Amino acid sequence: MSTETIEKSEVKEVSQPAEAMLSKRRRKILSDPLNEDNPITVQVLGICSALAITIKMEPTIVMSIAVVFVIVFSNLIISLIRNLVPGRVRIIVQLAVIATLVTLVSEILKAYYFDMYKVLGAFVGLIITNCIVMGRLEAFAMANKPYDSILDGLGSGFGYAWIILVVAFFRELFGSGSILNFKLAEIGLDFQTNGLMVDSIGAFMVLGILIWIQRTKTGYVEH
Amino acid sequence: MQRSNTYIIIFSIVLTVILGGMLSIASVGLKPLQDKQVELDTKKKILGAVTDISAIEDPNEILELYKQKVESIVVDFEGNIVETNEKGEPIVAEKVSVQKNYRMKPEDRVYPVYKFKADDGSIDAYVFPMWGNGLWDWISAYMAIDKDLNTVRGIAFDHKAETPGLGERITTEVIQSRYVGKEIFNDSGELESITMVKGENNTGLSIHQVDGMAGATMTAKGVNAMLDQYLGCYQPYIKKVKSEGNKVALTQ
Repeated sequence: MSTETIEKSEVKEVSQPAEAMLSKRRRKILSDPLNEDNPITVQVLGICSALAITIKMEPTIVMSIAVVFVIVFSNLIISLIRNLVPGRVRIIVQLAVIATLVTLVSEILKAYYFDMYKVLGAFVGLIITNCIVMGRLEAFAMANKPYDSILDGLGSGFGYAWIILVVAFFRELFGSGSILNFKLAEIGLDFQTNGLMVDSIGAFMVLGILIWIQRTKTGYVEH
Repeated sequence: MQRSNTYIIIFSIVLTVILGGMLSIASVGLKPLQDKQVELDTKKKILGAVTDISAIEDPNEILELYKQKVESIVVDFEGNIVETNEKGEPIVAEKVSVQKNYRMKPEDRVYPVYKFKADDGSIDAYVFPMWGNGLWDWISAYMAIDKDLNTVRGIAFDHKAETPGLGERITTEVIQSRYVGKEIFNDSGELESITMVKGENNTGLSIHQVDGMAGATMTAKGVNAMLDQYLGCYQPYIKKVKSEGNKVALTQ
């Protein structure tokens, strides 16, 4: 029972050689999800939000920050309590931690950044169901130390962020003819915008092309 | 490792208390800020229907402008001014939830009216808040009518979930400017709401019609129904103000 836990954690903490803050292994944890093990393009997780919030770049940036925050802190919290969490209710515990963090983000947005809150509204709440977050908790944070988990969270978060930012860039460029709300028509680049890009279909197309390019480069094949 | 049920139950209770406590603290602590944001948002929309406030960056300046320029009252379905609710508490127009009232029968609702004053203190325009159903979820509007109580001065739409790029366009300047200058009463003095026609780039529109949005006919229908219903509800008040204005003009 509870004594069991204490014994186990004591055994684990005994005599491990100190590892460099950014050793090769840790750099790999951080950089893998950016490219070779990207949550969106390789693991194909978090697609729903990648479609929904990438119409313009500004909300996408806010969403990226929110997701990075939630992944990093839920990874850290779950990693800190990983030896206390009973295996049978671990998924519920993970979900509770994620939901708390997401609600916090949503409340803070509402208080300080109301216009963005109105745009993102429901989608911030949907970070709870973003498969990337729970995937990282279950696959990584439950079995690794806090510092490594933070690195993993940063890696996965930014891996998600850069992909949706690229998608949003192209969708805003072709769909609304602007970049970060700056109308390109003002500097003489006036072209017919494509309504398809404003629709979710546009996100599928951009995402498909991204996945294609990336897999051609890394040579990743699904088995 | 297998843990006893007691451990699991205690663990869950402790976790729930900690997480719940954090959320409660955040919620209570941020409430005043959030309320201020909501208030600012409402006042921005009311002012936005009448004048262009996009150049004002400072929130306090907007609140100050609102305080100077806007006077609010609440009227009932007969057009009489209401000052207290059924419990005898004073009603503040800004606190009236048009969304909640929308579910009640039109006769039972109270309607906020915002009077926009010119620099000399006379009334320049009237702003009427409205609520309705779009294609996917609610839509709302603040309609500003000129002091002649006939010509539309401006309109500010809002929506929750209209289709991006289609119905969502009601919040854009392009669509909203189409309403400016249209009239809500016909030549014989009867109320004739402004309707958005089907399709875009229509020609030969009457003074009671505005050009439609391609691909957003359902949203347009919702907008038309909303304007029709609420203008009908505000009509008694409008007529009252008009006849009072005539009396004043006659005695002078």
